[in-house]
Amino acid sequence: MSDIVCPENLVYKKPSTLKDAIMHYCPGCGHGVVHKLMMEVVEEMGIQNDIIGITPVGCSVFAYNYMDIDMEQAAHGRACALGTAVKRLYPEKYVFTYQGDGDLAAIGTCETMHAANRGEKMLTIFINNGIYGMTSGQMAPTTLEGAKTTTSPYGRDVETMGYPLRISELIANLPGVAYVTRQAVNTPANVRKCKKALKTALEYQKQGLGYCMVEVVSNCPSNNKCTPLEANKFVEEQMLPFYKLGDIKVPEGK
Amino acid sequence: MGEVKLMKGNEALAEAMIRAGADGYFGYPITPQSEVLEYLAKESDKCIIKRTGMVVLQAESEVSAINMIYGGAAAGKRVMTTSSSPGMSLMQEGISYIAGAELPCLLANVSRGGPGLGTIQPSQSDYFQSCKGGGHGDYHMIVLAPSSVQEMVDFVKLGFELAEKYRTPAMILADGAIGQMMEKVELFDQMPRRTEFPEWAANGKPKDGPSRFVTSLNIKPELMEIINERLQAKYKEIAKNETLFETQNLDDAEYIFTGFGMGARICNKAMELARAKGYKVGTIRPKTIWPFPYDIYANVAKKVKGILDVEFNAGQMVEDVRLAVNGTCPVEFYGRMGGMIPSPEEIIEKFEEYFINGGK
Amino acid sequence: MAKVVGEVVIDTERCKGCELCIAACPSKCLSLSNSINVHGFQYTVQSGDNCTGCASCALVCPDAVITVYRKVNK
Repeated sequence: MSDIVCPENLVYKKPSTLKDAIMHYCPGCGHGVVHKLMMEVVEEMGIQNDIIGITPVGCSVFAYNYMDIDMEQAAHGRACALGTAVKRLYPEKYVFTYQGDGDLAAIGTCETMHAANRGEKMLTIFINNGIYGMTSGQMAPTTLEGAKTTTSPYGRDVETMGYPLRISELIANLPGVAYVTRQAVNTPANVRKCKKALKTALEYQKQGLGYCMVEVVSNCPSNNKCTPLEANKFVEEQMLPFYKLGDIKVPEGK
Repeated sequence: MGEVKLMKGNEALAEAMIRAGADGYFGYPITPQSEVLEYLAKESDKCIIKRTGMVVLQAESEVSAINMIYGGAAAGKRVMTTSSSPGMSLMQEGISYIAGAELPCLLANVSRGGPGLGTIQPSQSDYFQSCKGGGHGDYHMIVLAPSSVQEMVDFVKLGFELAEKYRTPAMILADGAIGQMMEKVELFDQMPRRTEFPEWAANGKPKDGPSRFVTSLNIKPELMEIINERLQAKYKEIAKNETLFETQNLDDAEYIFTGFGMGARICNKAMELARAKGYKVGTIRPKTIWPFPYDIYANVAKKVKGILDVEFNAGQMVEDVRLAVNGTCPVEFYGRMGGMIPSPEEIIEKFEEYFINGGK
Repeated sequence: MAKVVGEVVIDTERCKGCELCIAACPSKCLSLSNSINVHGFQYTVQSGDNCTGCASCALVCPDAVITVYRKVNK
């Protein structure tokens, strides 16, 4: 080991709030990056003892094995209902839900919309990779037009299968919502911005401004049957033109 | 003696919830139980009960309400929801998760006639759903069957106690009649809300301990089997310790009328009419319908000539009665459905038809 | 002239060999090993000596296996 590797030269290490368990995610999966970012924010804000996370059904169902915070595992789509109760019962704590596009944008749309509309003072991290991961590659509400999945093997035909759903734009219309932003984790620069968005959302939660959503456009190498690098290229070239990055709603005066 | 009031069943239940030191109520309106949320809303300011600080929230659906209960219970709070039959059907998934995650909470089903949208009139046709595991997986919840407005109050306190003692969901299975009728009730004094929470509750990682997670998931079948075995052992323990029932006039009884909830109350009236006609009739009323008091039926069956089971359904609890009696004596059934309620006179008529006039 | 030098320490047993870090490295000083770890993955190693400690690799790493150090040589 060289003289560079010593504590005073440390610039980056895994946050202490992320457990040592090896994540079950496929190589290159965006879930790991977002888990890590969220735990970095929790560590930096010093809120490990004051935050409760709700995990969904989907690939990230086991998030509680990785995030070293108190967590509850919800039924499919119901994370925002659990989150609502926890936040109402513990208004002084931070609460977030972590949900994929099947969990949030299909089966859980009702719970999500109403939690947002009530202005529940919590954060939803919405991982949008445009496909069902855990059940192995079926069409999601967010699947792009023409995209081939196991349940749209000839490509998503919007005339018969509906259109890809931009949840963040819908949610942003609700008055109870304080902050909606769409981020990605496919490049170092986007990872930095995503982390900033997560931190901003928790700060708004602390200020009691209302419901916040950070959508993260992510990849799914396994179900898109490509390498992680190709999956991130798909995000850049196919997903981001439709799911445009940036803030969709910010609190007044911010 | 506690405060005595004339109250409607649903309102008495709501008042008992506040007094039991509940931390939160999450519910959705449905006839015939909407007065529960209405009563709590009247006692609230900005969705907080003024007297105690309890949270009250109208959810967007029963599906959401039961998952709010799941969230609140997982964070260690004393939470309750109420609904009626179609809404209870929507809650079954959530109840299964709550049972699987071993969380205490209290539910009340002020049931109405089904199937489907059915009717808004009283019915007992949710016995199977309540007692036999309405959702998926091998689970039970403790089910209390009140037969008076007083028991709508008493069972709230008992229901929370049992749920918390065994970390399991408990339910009050009432019906539209008890929910809607007014009776004199004695209310228990206000209990304090808890300030300390169970060590398993996910309410913020302790500074001096590991983080907690609440889940019903275990992907490894050999571990999931162990969890199931633990659940079944717990259910056995509950059955051993918490089975409750009530009897009348068993000493000289030649026949038994039995039913649960309002059905039992009508059986008691029918017993009086029968005794006036010279028939030696006693009654058995299960107060817990899960766990079911099998032993009392098995014992009584050895001494009597027959049992008549009366329910507001097509015959649901009677299956448990027959299981208990196991052929020792004849068990007959009389029920009305779709929101109709049998009268004591009808019961006597059926009793005579089945047991006195030599069968059907 | 001051020169920024960096070095990464990779937890190779946790690395899944997804190569996102390799693509993210502006100095092109990371590569896949020829051997595999206990989970059967080829893992990332630092193969060049021109690391600046920019941490781009660590940022995109989904498994948080990269620790980054940076020193300014005067």
